[in-house]
Amino acid sequence: MSKSEPRIGVYVCHCGLNIGAVVDVAAVAQYAQTLPGVVVSRESTYTCSDNGQRSIQEDIENHNLSRVVVASCSPRMHGDTFMKTCETAGLNPYLFEMVNIREQCSWVHTDKEQATEKAKDLVRMAVAKVRLLEPLEKQKSAVNKAALVIGGGVAGIFSALYLANAGIKTYVVEKKPSIGGHMAQLDKTFPTLDCSLCILSPRMADIGKHENIELITYADIENISGYAGNFQVTVKSNPRYVIKENCRLCGVCAEKCPISLPDEFNMGLKKRKAVYIPFPQAVPNYYLIDAGHCLHITKGGCMLCQKNCPNDAIDFEETEAVRELNVGAIIVATGFELYDATQKKEYGYGRYPNVITNMDFERWVSADGPTHGKVVRPSDGAPPQRIGFIQCVGSRDEKEGAVYCSRICCMATVKQATMLREKYPSAEIYVYYTDMRTPGKGFEEFYQRGREHGIVFIRGKPGEIEEDDNHNLLIVSEDTDSGLILRNTLDLVVLACGLRPPEALEELAQKLHLSRSPDGFIMEAHPKLRPAETSISGVFLTGCVQFPKDIPDTVAQSGGAAAMAAALLTKDEIELEPVRAAVDEELCIGCGLCEENCDYGAIEVKKTEEGMKAQVIEVACQGCGVCAASCPQKAVTVRHFTDGQLLAQVTAALEPEVIV
Amino acid sequence: MYEPKIIGFLCNWCSYAAADLAGTSRIQYPSNMRAIRVMCSSRVDPEHVLRAFVNGADGVLIAGCHPGDCHYISGNYKTERKYVLLREMLEQFGIDPRRLRLEWCSSAEGGKFAQVVTEMTEELKTLGPIELGAGD
Ligand SMILES: Cc1cc2nc3c(=O)[nH]c(=O)nc-3n(C[C@H](O)[C@H](O)[C@H](O)COP(=O)(O)OP(=O)(O)OC[C@H]3O[C@@H](n4cnc5c(N)ncnc54)[C@H](O)[C@@H]3O)c2cc1C
Ligand code: SF4
Ligand code: SF4
Ligand code: FES
Repeated sequence: MSKSEPRIGVYVCHCGLNIGAVVDVAAVAQYAQTLPGVVVSRESTYTCSDNGQRSIQEDIENHNLSRVVVASCSPRMHGDTFMKTCETAGLNPYLFEMVNIREQCSWVHTDKEQATEKAKDLVRMAVAKVRLLEPLEKQKSAVNKAALVIGGGVAGIFSALYLANAGIKTYVVEKKPSIGGHMAQLDKTFPTLDCSLCILSPRMADIGKHENIELITYADIENISGYAGNFQVTVKSNPRYVIKENCRLCGVCAEKCPISLPDEFNMGLKKRKAVYIPFPQAVPNYYLIDAGHCLHITKGGCMLCQKNCPNDAIDFEETEAVRELNVGAIIVATGFELYDATQKKEYGYGRYPNVITNMDFERWVSADGPTHGKVVRPSDGAPPQRIGFIQCVGSRDEKEGAVYCSRICCMATVKQATMLREKYPSAEIYVYYTDMRTPGKGFEEFYQRGREHGIVFIRGKPGEIEEDDNHNLLIVSEDTDSGLILRNTLDLVVLACGLRPPEALEELAQKLHLSRSPDGFIMEAHPKLRPAETSISGVFLTGCVQFPKDIPDTVAQSGGAAAMAAALLTKDEIELEPVRAAVDEELCIGCGLCEENCDYGAIEVKKTEEGMKAQVIEVACQGCGVCAASCPQKAVTVRHFTDGQLLAQVTAALEPEVIV
Repeated sequence: MYEPKIIGFLCNWCSYAAADLAGTSRIQYPSNMRAIRVMCSSRVDPEHVLRAFVNGADGVLIAGCHPGDCHYISGNYKTERKYVLLREMLEQFGIDPRRLRLEWCSSAEGGKFAQVVTEMTEELKTLGPIELGAGD
């Protein structure tokens, strides 16, 4: 770079007393003035204020500054602010460097002299770096104005409807044959006891018929590439072997089908056939054949459904269909999985017939369930008179791999106990809990009503359940409030199972490059301020895939995610971050180490006229820099974090004399 | 009193954020470290570390996200591999490998970050100033 000597402006901020009380700001500013290339150096009370920013802009014009250094708070706080300040005054925003003398200096040190020395060193390091910075241009990229929602539970349903109603073309991809998710399986919902499907199924139907929505069910996301504004998604839908237009839902096929299987929607409490409809209100509303169990598909020869279908709706020739979707934004709404209660051996789920889960209960109590809504003892069909609920099964339990609280199970239990009370006014109902957690509108009131109606709450988690010859259940527990040991013989025990991240989430997270929090759910971009965004630009988040939550919170977050996605999709183009890798083809020997190390497939060794050379796929590169650090030839670099720039900082930190 | 000079390479997403959090929580620690922000710990090249020692650093800290949490998927695993090699290299150069540290700090671990810098400063004080080629 044989450019003329840079003209640098340095601004050292007092941040009121936040910095000024510890660091001698005047001394730092005076010191900066002595550094090579610095033409102005000023202190300011609040650099980020309008006045502070204007002073920088005036200097850029009047002193013809070609570089700016601001020593103030963290670049994570105000880096963007000052980059914009520079840009507005006509200076390329990448010719700016920020020095953190607040979070990483005045707030963590008390010795004024040492803090001032450190601030001077940090300013010197920044001046050394800023001299070597190069202007970078943000490339623009056209925004593909369609959205993809992955998961068709209540979270996905609402975000898709919000987007579609705003005029945005929206694809919904659901893994199962019908949308609806867990909410479709619930009987009633707390705290108002609305019928769950009554409020959900009209919205499900809207998804099926909305002009802006294309619903792809029984499908898997195979591959995702691209970036905000321009994702390519490969979706594979499984064959249903039933022609939608022909199916009249008469059910003759299922009557004739010889294969009987546990019905997943009813938690295995009912049977379904190999040709079936997941539940009466399913969307899309037509039959499908379960290929894994169909006699004709697995062994050949049956075809009873096809022979008997009066509408020629069965088509064994159907094959899987692979589609490419081009979308600008993605909302991840893949929900949760219920904790597998068989893991908790001491409670005997799966071995003791009268131990059921909270989701089993939802199906028992539902009018569409195995007993048309009559809750009975599974072992003998008798109406239960002594019922217990055990809270926190698979939640708040380090041994079971979840320290977190699943948030909804206390309320779900209060709901279920209240419904039981209505059905069996004289039954004894016990809830064994660790803490009852009822934060939510109307929740505490609902809980108190339950107490008034004679539901007994016992603080203390039972260690184990034993069963007698009549399948009665024996529970011994300590009431930690009174210190008494309680022994109870019960007819039925309901385990309040917690919510877990779905097993396949890991794979999806990898495809989308999303981080997960220690609990296994997807990590949001900021726990407080950006709960519906992820660390990947253009990918948003809603519902239980972020963390367990109830339906109202899910719907609220769906609105947030849809608004964020719409904000992106209503732009014509977006700017791409220019901090990316670049290859010097003359130095590159084509060894491929960079390609091997890049997690994004963003650098590839390709045949060129000069031999094998690495090439950066700009739009895929995230700018991490692992390629640059792996290259034996120093042929790759990352703009804004070049070896020269980083080494200039190292040298400036350690050898003040030889700085720049 | 001898004050060791430490260069700290902090990844933008976790460890730099942890250092910021130590600040917002006003957790005090010694002022010996000079931070250099990189986007990912995996950007740190052995050459950067060696140059720091040659230029007179008494210690070098590389800090990144916890395993599994790297913002760029698996950058920190690659950092770890390089770190193992680097320690061997340091030994060959006669530099006590304790002068180089690799630490994981999440953006929620301001306290841990402060503790790492404190411990490292203390340890370097007992090791004394670096003397290249003099059996350090
Ligand atoms: C027993 C029980 C009772 C409850 N009672 C209440 C209540 O009374 N009131 C209340 O407010 N809340 C209640 N809840 C909580 C409620 O169920 C959740 O808030 C709600 O279901 C969350 O919706 P979701 O869309 O985030 O997840 P889900 O309902 O889990 O939906 C996720 C959808 O994504 C699909 N999917 C998953 N992975 C993929 C993939 N890789 N690709 C494509 N699709 C995928 C799934 O098949 C599913 O359709 C209860 C929960 C339980 C367990
Ligand atoms: S690591 Fe360096 S030399 Fe090897 S292919 Fe990549 S750029 Fe070329
Ligand atoms: S900077 Fe990271 S994402 Fe970009 S090419 Fe290099 S390794 Fe791949
Ligand atoms: S981003 Fe922190 S180690 Fe990779």
